[in-house]
Amino acid sequence: MSEALVRLDGVSKRFDATAAIAEMTTTIMGGGITGLAGPDGAGKTTLLRLILGLLKPDSGTLSVCGRDPISEASEVRDLVAYMPQRFGLYEDLTVLENLSLYADLRAVIGEDRRSAFDRLLTFTSLAPFAGRIAGALSGGMKQKLGLACALIRTPRLLLLDEPTAGVDPVSRRELWRMVRTLTSEGIGVVWSTAYLEEAERCERVLLMNDGRLVYEGTPSEITSRMAGRSFHVRNAGERRRAVLAAAAKMPGVIDGVIQGANVRIVLAAGATPPSAEDFKGLSLEVVPTPPRFEDAFVNLLGSATPAVSRLPTAADPATRSAGPVIEARELTRRYGSFTAADRISFAIGRGEIFGLLGPNGAGKSTTFKMLCGLLRPTSGEARVAGLDVAVQTSAARNRLGYMAQKFSLYGDLSVAQNLEFFAGVYGLTGAGRRRAVERVTDAFGLKRYLDTNAGTLPAGYKQRLALSCAVMHEPPVLFLDEPTSGVDPLTRREFWAHINALVHSGVTVMVTTHFLDEAEYCDRIALIYRGRVIATGSPDDLKASVRTPALSDPTLEDAFIALVEADDQKAVA
Amino acid sequence: MRPRLWSLIVKELLANWRDRRNRIILLISPMIQVLIFSFAATQEVKNVPLAVLDEDRSVLSRELISRFEASPQFSQVMRLEGVADIAPAIDSREAPAVLHIAQDFSRRLTAGQPVQVQLLLDGRRSNAAQIIQGYTVEIVDRLNAEFARLGSLRGPPSFVVARTWFNPNSDTLWSTVPGLFAVLTTSVGMMVSALSVARERELGSFEQLLVSPLTSLEILAGKAASALVIAVAETTIVMLIAMYVLVVPMEGSMLLLYGSMIVYLLSIIGIGLFISSLSSTQQQAVIGNFMFLAPAILLSGYATPVSNMPDWLQTLTLANPVRHFVVIAKGAFLKDLPIDVIATHLWPLALIAVVTLSAATWLFREKTG
Repeated sequence: MSEALVRLDGVSKRFDATAAIAEMTTTIMGGGITGLAGPDGAGKTTLLRLILGLLKPDSGTLSVCGRDPISEASEVRDLVAYMPQRFGLYEDLTVLENLSLYADLRAVIGEDRRSAFDRLLTFTSLAPFAGRIAGALSGGMKQKLGLACALIRTPRLLLLDEPTAGVDPVSRRELWRMVRTLTSEGIGVVWSTAYLEEAERCERVLLMNDGRLVYEGTPSEITSRMAGRSFHVRNAGERRRAVLAAAAKMPGVIDGVIQGANVRIVLAAGATPPSAEDFKGLSLEVVPTPPRFEDAFVNLLGSATPAVSRLPTAADPATRSAGPVIEARELTRRYGSFTAADRISFAIGRGEIFGLLGPNGAGKSTTFKMLCGLLRPTSGEARVAGLDVAVQTSAARNRLGYMAQKFSLYGDLSVAQNLEFFAGVYGLTGAGRRRAVERVTDAFGLKRYLDTNAGTLPAGYKQRLALSCAVMHEPPVLFLDEPTSGVDPLTRREFWAHINALVHSGVTVMVTTHFLDEAEYCDRIALIYRGRVIATGSPDDLKASVRTPALSDPTLEDAFIALVEADDQKAVA
Repeated sequence: MRPRLWSLIVKELLANWRDRRNRIILLISPMIQVLIFSFAATQEVKNVPLAVLDEDRSVLSRELISRFEASPQFSQVMRLEGVADIAPAIDSREAPAVLHIAQDFSRRLTAGQPVQVQLLLDGRRSNAAQIIQGYTVEIVDRLNAEFARLGSLRGPPSFVVARTWFNPNSDTLWSTVPGLFAVLTTSVGMMVSALSVARERELGSFEQLLVSPLTSLEILAGKAASALVIAVAETTIVMLIAMYVLVVPMEGSMLLLYGSMIVYLLSIIGIGLFISSLSSTQQQAVIGNFMFLAPAILLSGYATPVSNMPDWLQTLTLANPVRHFVVIAKGAFLKDLPIDVIATHLWPLALIAVVTLSAATWLFREKTG
């Protein structure tokens, strides 16, 4: 925690009409990890690019290690290393060729180069893969190679742009370990991330939203301000979604999320916690729980009440029927000699949220794609709403809704045109179509954006529109592929409020995610590793299965890693 | 029509129209191309110098030379002194052509014997050479006819009558524009269809489309139909420019032209969709497009006559849809091509359309299954 590496004084950067960075004044110190946290579009990448001198600030002054990143660009680039969001690797070159290329670019030659390669290949444990084509590496290994390329010349400041986006918890943890080693060698690190639990582990954090710095300081300082305001409503179990919906309407509650069988609520400053009696007829327990960084962020964003879905719900929660709504029967997919999914079987009942978790390349997406009909299984059967997806494809697809992580609507079409299109594609005509469009427009509050191009909507509304298009035809089954990666916590909560409301009225949901917070909303989770289901159960079951005296209160991430590692050991044995 | 398919077509048209860059490319570029190509890529040869070696030096030979001097196609007529001057004049590119009148020109002419004048052409400028030859033949023939009519000579036993049919004024715009019309029809049809699937892949909306109840056949039909609508609309614009701005006549039946154009566009759209199914980005689609368009247009008879190609290549061009449509387009504009002649080009187009559309469907299913 010594020298100031980066100083910003009133720095602004605009793109067209929108301010990507507005009047930012801060200092980034060396000797530790500075977390740059915030949702997509908060201005994180713009800030990193300004520091690198890739962008010129519109106003304000910026210095990096005492130098101006524009006029003294070459000096600054000798001192600063950067790892962009998408690796920056040449996928058709081998690991070693990539390293050589970056060494050439940085003029690291002779003995220096040899020792740098030795050091980096050992550091990243990529030595056995030196001859492999970069495109054939797993996501986590690409990330490590990207890091190695950035570290060819030991920098004073290392900028990492969302290094863990789309990376599974195992690789994520490894990357953290490696970066920790670097900081102990005295390199200052800026780590940008949309995961708030990651920001919580940094020494200092810059919390951004909409181009503004909403907080800077240590994570613990702001988290401690929330002390005494967060509670667990325990034993909600089967009724947890109803409990969350009820809690959301109670005065003083500003935030609520589901964590396994518990509902976690956050109160406004000075509000009295609800008592167990407030949840009539249920034997619940309200106990204080330590605050976390995300509570503070939600508080800073000025949430007054938790998100409540306006989707019409049935008066009574849907009863779970006996027959499964989604069923995987011995689902197998082979690519040549490689088996991406190996005899995967599970059954999901009506009104259940089922999560598919697993490291990158473990077969999670393959399974997901086979279930929603995007990929034909080599053998086995995928059934949705009683129909074989591979045989009665069109009929089965009519009964499922799908939402992908990336914005996957038509950006040049207006909101109304997108809605009309998806209504039409799902065979809605005339009055039926009009009603469906009106219903989702009302429920998701899209009215004032109907004539706006979908591509220019604010992130939260894009999310709403995507969900609207997916549920317009009232499908009994909903497939969500990393639905909330990169969105801000309030949008994510709102999204899950809608999902909970849908589930309440009997919709079955299948979700894949790397966001273990999101996995907490699931009724059951299947952990997929090396093409097989290695564990199934509720989030609490999975956590309980790895509980040890040393780890008395494991998180879902702990469970994920422990289960994957246990499977590795079984394979070795 | 099924509402699903209809929604898809409407969406495709909107997506093409509302993307501002796309709209400009689709609207402006064909207009600019038709105007630039018609004027810049003209095959007309004007104001070229001609060298003349007159060994006869008679009244008749001077009469012939004066005709060349009076012609607007030749800017100046240079006199050469002897055979030795011929080669340098051509080598130095002073003149692309040399007219050689032999000593016995007037003698044979007055004797009523067939007579030859030699025209030496610069083969490096083959296109200009061909055209100059045409002009020369015309001038000589006209003189022949006059001599014959005046009766001052007994008519030469035979002379070649070469007239430029269907383009009596040798207006080269007339021959360029219909071919260009065919080429622009091709490039628009290809571009819209080749980008369609690739654009969805690139923007990430493709999977959303695939999980919908639309079958792969419906997706392709929707994309083909919208590409067809856009291409027909565009070619109509090009045709109106040709007819009213460039004043190229439209002799044939509009109905036949549109009918054949739709069959032709389907064959082209099949190729476009095939390329699109292969491409994961729009950039790849554009490259794929180019790889097809460049050879297909070269082998179409648009710029160089098919009859000048080696026999095996001529046979190969029968599989090239562009070739058939160039014939139909030229025929429809300049002469009222009879339906049976059109039919000989139409059925290969229909066959090609069936093949390309089936191939696109097969590949699309293969890639998305």
